[in-house]
Amino acid sequence: MEEKILTQAFDLKNIFEIGVYIEQGGYKAVEKALLSMTPAEVMGEVKKANLRGRGGAGFPAGVKWSFVPQKPDQPRYLCVNADEGEPGTFKDRYIMSHNPHLLLEGSIIASYAVGIHLAFIYIRGEYEAVAQRLEGAITEAHKKGFLGKNILGTGFDLDIVVHRGAGAYICGEETGLLESIEGKRAYPRLKPPFPASIGLFQSPTVINNVETLANVPFIILNGAEWFVKKGLPQDGGTRIFGVSGMVRKPGIYELPLGTSLKTIIFEYAGGMMDGKELKAVIPGGMSAPVLKADEIDLPMDFDSLAGANSMLGSAAIIVIDGKTPIFEVLKVVTKFYSHESCGQCTPCRLGTSWINKIVKRIAQGEGEKGDIDTIVRLASNIKGKTLCPLGDAAALPILSICQKFKEELEGYLPR
Amino acid sequence: MSPEYSGELRKKIDEVVGLYPKKEAAILPVLRLVQNEVGFISPEEEKFIARILGIKPLRVREVVSFYTMISPRPLGKYHIQVCSNLSCHLLGGDKLIDYLKAKLGLGIGETTPDQKFTLSTVECLGACETAPCMMVNFDYYGHLDKDKIDQILDRLL
Repeated sequence: MEEKILTQAFDLKNIFEIGVYIEQGGYKAVEKALLSMTPAEVMGEVKKANLRGRGGAGFPAGVKWSFVPQKPDQPRYLCVNADEGEPGTFKDRYIMSHNPHLLLEGSIIASYAVGIHLAFIYIRGEYEAVAQRLEGAITEAHKKGFLGKNILGTGFDLDIVVHRGAGAYICGEETGLLESIEGKRAYPRLKPPFPASIGLFQSPTVINNVETLANVPFIILNGAEWFVKKGLPQDGGTRIFGVSGMVRKPGIYELPLGTSLKTIIFEYAGGMMDGKELKAVIPGGMSAPVLKADEIDLPMDFDSLAGANSMLGSAAIIVIDGKTPIFEVLKVVTKFYSHESCGQCTPCRLGTSWINKIVKRIAQGEGEKGDIDTIVRLASNIKGKTLCPLGDAAALPILSICQKFKEELEGYLPR
Repeated sequence: MSPEYSGELRKKIDEVVGLYPKKEAAILPVLRLVQNEVGFISPEEEKFIARILGIKPLRVREVVSFYTMISPRPLGKYHIQVCSNLSCHLLGGDKLIDYLKAKLGLGIGETTPDQKFTLSTVECLGACETAPCMMVNFDYYGHLDKDKIDQILDRLL
């Protein structure tokens, strides 16, 4: 059953205006956290809620916050990851454009818990209209005293800056994002040190996805136990699933974690378009290994997807139909990663580009015997050999396509 | 040609620089402001930005050459960016790209001689529920087909 928590207010007229938001109970969570809870209590509640990161990696948000050292002489920063570049993903755009104050509220509470006084929202440059909406919301929140100096008379200060990206997928990788805010090429950093100890401007930094932070006000208002009950014991709350591709009703569906992929596609998204049959599904954004039609009876949560050798990622579901040659999918995937590899690590820079060249050659009818095996070998040599997860994100879907649809792909090559 | 910049631009630059703990962190927002006014980032603009932020022009070039939304070349008045990623491709996005190429008489990355249209393909725009989709400058258009593209372009011609 649909479980609208994050999306419940989306249909309310002008909910993006602070007056309407407050009328609907908005900023009550900020008041509760700042006026009646200590930062440690806020952090404890979010930890207990088992809120796992909604950007893709699924790391528990409360645990991430607790890694930040509390040295009084050092600034700390929050970076909200609103880069949303993972192909197939559009949920954060909905949150920010429909309900920007919900994100601000979550950001204020997170900053209070960790002792942060300056936050950046890193939003992809294409979302200019959404960025303007966020800036409008920030101005409103300042006027009402929820941002700026001495918030609600508690002595807690916080400013939020909207930082626009400029078209680079790698900025969604958390350390690439930090480099980008610092005004550099978004080359990911070697970890450790992790951003919690050395992050933005060499200071301790928390990086959370938009949807992750948007859950925080509800955890504060209703408690961790309530939140866990909405999802799974180790994976609290709901997920906003974004469905696109060959379905009747593409869009966002907020559902409890653990809802079956089959149910999402065939009930919520209305099933396949007329006359189309299901061939394959990418379950968590393009980086997630592909599932065949007979593999979709699967609960959508982090651990179940990992168990099926794929990943929940950004919960972006791309549905592929029987008439689409799998080679077309491979072509788009390889073009994307060879374009978006930042170029820093040789296996990824060269590997993605070589694979793309081979695929383009096959597309021109010049495939050679053994090409698919070569692609598999190249992709295997990217996997695990790069600084950041982009290498794996490129290799895993390519490997899954080549392995699960080998016969169909071999049909493009001379016998 | 030494570029002339408006007083308003300089004011906006000062404001945005003030938002960051370190001056050079403002490089992307400043590039965006300058590009909005001038239309693109030439070596002259790189020098201007370097001077303002107290860094070498090469540092600006590094950033310009990395990010696809910063253009080192003039673009048409209307920059059409069509998504070529998977959800759009599944729903016929590739055919719409061919249609736009033929209609405008342009290859990808080219600009019409009257400087009115530039045609580009881009990776996922984050609007997959409206696939196939495209952007004209910063406006999103979704659920595209040939008729809808004709209507959109007719309004701009």
